[in-house]
Parts: sequence; C-alpha cells; structure tokens
Amino acid sequence: MGSLNIENVKKAFGPVEVLKGIDLEVNDGEFVVFVGPSGCGKSTLLRVIAGLEDSTSGRVLIDGDDVSVTPPAKRGIAMVFQTYALYPHLTVKNNMGLGLKQAGTPAAEIERRIKIASAMLSLEPYLERRPAELSGGQRQRVAIGRAVVREPKLFLFDEPLSNLDAALRVNTRLEIAQLHRRLKATMIYVTHDQVEAMTLADKIVVLNAGRIEQIGSPMELYNSPANEFVAGFIGSPKMNFIDGAKLGETAKTIGVRPEHLTVDAKSGAWKGTVVHAEHLGADTNLYLDCEKAGLLTVRIFGVYNAEPGSTLYATPDAAKTYRFGVDGKVLK
Amino acid sequence: MSTATHSLPRTIGAHAILLTYTVIALFPVILVIMNSFKSRAGIFGAPLTPPTPKTFDLIGYSTVFGQGDFFHYFQNSLVVTVASLFFVLLFGAMAAFALSEYRFRGNTLMGLYLALGIMIPIRLGTVAILQLMVASGLVNTLTALILVYTAQGLPLAIFILSEFMKQVSDDLKNAGRIDGLSEYTIFFRLVLPLVRPSMATVAVFTMIPIWNDLWFPLILAPSEETKTVTLGAQLFLGQFVTNWNAILAALSLAILPVLILYVIFSRQLIRGITSGAVK
Repeated sequence: MGSLNIENVKKAFGPVEVLKGIDLEVNDGEFVVFVGPSGCGKSTLLRVIAGLEDSTSGRVLIDGDDVSVTPPAKRGIAMVFQTYALYPHLTVKNNMGLGLKQAGTPAAEIERRIKIASAMLSLEPYLERRPAELSGGQRQRVAIGRAVVREPKLFLFDEPLSNLDAALRVNTRLEIAQLHRRLKATMIYVTHDQVEAMTLADKIVVLNAGRIEQIGSPMELYNSPANEFVAGFIGSPKMNFIDGAKLGETAKTIGVRPEHLTVDAKSGAWKGTVVHAEHLGADTNLYLDCEKAGLLTVRIFGVYNAEPGSTLYATPDAAKTYRFGVDGKVLK
Repeated sequence: MSTATHSLPRTIGAHAILLTYTVIALFPVILVIMNSFKSRAGIFGAPLTPPTPKTFDLIGYSTVFGQGDFFHYFQNSLVVTVASLFFVLLFGAMAAFALSEYRFRGNTLMGLYLALGIMIPIRLGTVAILQLMVASGLVNTLTALILVYTAQGLPLAIFILSEFMKQVSDDLKNAGRIDGLSEYTIFFRLVLPLVRPSMATVAVFTMIPIWNDLWFPLILAPSEETKTVTLGAQLFLGQFVTNWNAILAALSLAILPVLILYVIFSRQLIRGITSGAVK
C-alpha cells in the first residue's frame, strides 16, 4: 500500500502555467524528494497530490485509485507543513487526534495510536500542552506526530525543516530518516535544500520551471546529471561552468565540480590568481580567477594555505569533466 | 540616567504631549458628567467648577428617570447596537473570509463593490430606505434599525477583516482540510480566533456611530416603544426652553454602556495578540 502515479498533470493559475505536464511514478515505501529552486512548482505539485489544489488537467492515482476529485481528507494522506500549522486552541494530544476524531475513529484506537506516535517522537511529557508552550523543534515533532497517527498511505512533507535553526534541522532530518525506516511508509518531501534531498532521498526529482529535469537516486544525479541545470543544482559548492569556446572545445559548456579540481603551485592546466580562500577545517574552498577558464571554485580536502593574490595552477580530473551541448544536455 | 533607547527629556516630552491630548479629549466628557450633578443655577453660574455642597443637585437624574421611559430607551439602544454589531461581525467576517480565501471569477470586483459603501454615506439613501421600510411594514420597529446599521457597518468591516484574514497562515487552513474539517469549522474554529484583535477593532469602529446615531431612529423608529437613548434625550431640548440638567444627566448615563462594551473589546484586543499559532 502507498504507491503514487501522476499522469501528465498540468496546473495553471490564470495565464501562468506552473506545472507543464508532470509524469511520475512512486513505488510503495519509497522516500521521494522534490527539489528545485523557488517557483519551480514543487510545492504546487505537492498540493495537487494532497488535493489542496485542483490540477488543470491530468490524473493523480494513489494505490491505483484515481483521486483527482477526492477531497484531501479522503485521500489517505497526511501532510507536514513548513509553519507546523498546529491548531493553537488544542493541546498536543488533541492536535494529533483531531483528524482521526473527524474520521469517526473509536476513542480507544485514537488513544492507542497517539501513545505509539508520541513514544516514537518522545512527545509524552508534552501531551497536555498547547502549541504556544512548545519550542520550534517540539512543534514540528507534534506536526509529524499528527501525520503519523493517521497511518496514511502517503506522507507529504512541505519544507518541514525550513523554519528550524541549523542544529535542530540536522536532528529533525535524522528523525525523519529513522521514521521512514521504521514505518516503511511512502514519503514525499519537498525542499529547496539539496543537502536534505541528498541525505534523505531514495529518489530525487529535480524540478525546474514546471518541468521534471531528471529523476534518479542521489548518486545518479551527482555522477551523471542529465543536463546543465541538474549538474549545477546538485553538489555543493556548485559545479564550475566554463565556456567551451575559450578552452577550444567543441562543447558549448564544460562542467567540473570543485572537488574534481586539483591545484599546484608550479604547473597545471589553468593558471590563475587566488581571489579568496575559505577555511572550513575539514576542507578549504579556493576561488581562483583563471586566465582561460574564468572564476573557478576549487574544493581541497584538508587544510591548504593559499594567500589571496598568489598564483596557482588548477587541473581538472579528465574522467569527471562534463560536456554540455547548446541545449544544456550532456554530450555523451 | 539615559540609555540607548530612553532619555529623560524625551520621556518627559512624550508624556507631556500625551497628557495634553488626554486632557483635551476628556475635557468635554468630564464637563458633562460634572455639570450633570449640579443645579441649574450652578451650571450657569460656574460651569467649570466641580459640584460643591451648595450647587450639588440630582434634579437632572430624577427628571430623566421620572419623565419618559429611559430604561426602555436604554434597552432599545442596547438591543440595536448589540444585534447590529453581531450581524456586522458575523457577515463581515464571512464575506472577508470568502474574498481572501477562495479564488473565483470576479473576486477583486466583488471586493471593490463591497468596499464602495465606505465612500458613499448610507444617509444619501434615506428616502429609499424609508420607502422600503414602509413597504415592508418595518417602520417603528427595532428590526428596521438593525438592518440599516448592519448594512452601514459591513463595508468597513469587510475591508479591514479581509486584509487581516489574508495574513492567517494558509498552512493552518490546509492542515484543517487534510484533517477533514469543514470550511465552516475552519472559519469558526481556526481563523476567527486568530483575527480576534481585528474583530475587536472593527467592533469598536462599528459600535460608536450606531450608539450615537440620531438620524435613523428619528426617521425610521420615532415611536415611544422604539426610541433610542439619543432620541430620548431630545425630549428635553425644547425650542424655547432646554432642560440642561436632564440632558446632561441623560448624556452621562449614555456614556456608560458604550464604555463597558469598549472595555470588553479592548481587552480582547490585547488578549488576541498573545495567542501564538504559527512560528
């Protein structure tokens, strides 16, 4: 239980087309992450799946049933929102139980499920509190708990970590990953943060301007991006793009990831000047202004001392260099 | 001692301005209340002095309670104000919710149409309203007043409330939809409590003109049974002789209920701000 099929879904707000024909298949138990820049349509797609927006055309199937005209509460889904969206007038316990109560679940069953979910998310001490008396991280755990007690076919997460501070974000990310492992449920997760996408996903869907750019496992997207957009979006720091003509190449653009460049003080492919160095401890990011290749980011593992203004040579790893054509697609 | 945000001269200056304003605003009210406890000679002899044992007189109040049925007038005013307020807030909030929440054809036009009433005074339509009330047999009923005041209060209420409703988190409403709450439950249980401060603001703005209105009670409901306080006080305003004691006493009494309602709403105003919903 818990598969999802999206067939040629389009969504337009007046003349503005936000989703331009999305086809997607999600298998039972998969953790799928929609990732893309703001305005790419990822949240709209999630809302269409949830039933909070109607699609202009196309079908949404959950477990093989067409739910295109089913109201959100009857779709067997649960959703976790960026702003937590807890009911301010209800206690944690009632927040979690409201959906089940509305569906007419017996009180004993509600009680049982709340008990399991609150144990899972260590929320027991807070069951009688109201949302205003909880911290941000606790509120988001309650919101996740509210989704868990519904035992949905599909979990939908709409940028659930964006409102949390950096340390909590890592913790909650871990909790969501463990939750997925324990419940073995199908989860769909929207984020603009590629680190969240890479760490959580079984399958990443990269969206841009209302279209799917590529679908694949995190490592597939990293190792063999289909086009320039995906190559630039996945990986941090961002991939370097160099004008092919400047290097005398036939390809329109050459892409090299910062970690696939090596530097040497004496010789190398591209001579450049150090503009700035970021020392992060575990690695060092160098910004090199190269005569031929323009501004390059180089990621060196470990500590590397380079003074701004000094001259360095950067050499790309030939096996890990990407060539993009005029249309942005990878040239084989 | 001065700190980064407070300096003594500035504090004194701010308080001086505020105190001056308070004195100016309260002066007429205090004058009315003070003189309502004085004899006629006292009012005219020294209008600015508080009542002394010599000038103290309750003649105004005894006239008010003796002549005319002032308790009844009060009751009428209260019924009209509270009922109109209830309908303005209910329908205003519902219309505002629809305008801010649902996308439908003509949404913006509808919003503009409903806001038009702010710019066009309802009194321009008095003749038509009177004809309408005569035709529907509502003349000399409180219903007529309630209907007119509801219409009068709605435009501003919708205008203000729809701005505030736009600020209520979409996520919260959507969470309710996923949990299977009906649109009415979402409106009454989730949205309304969050816009309570703005509801209180609208309530105050709506309430005071209704309570003070003389025009519509005079035209639509001048009968003895339906008189409001403001209309009742006219009893003492004669062409040749005016009973100032009674007028001042009636006005002092008329301040009370509106003050009580105001205190209730302003407390809501403060309480509403402290409830944390999202973030």
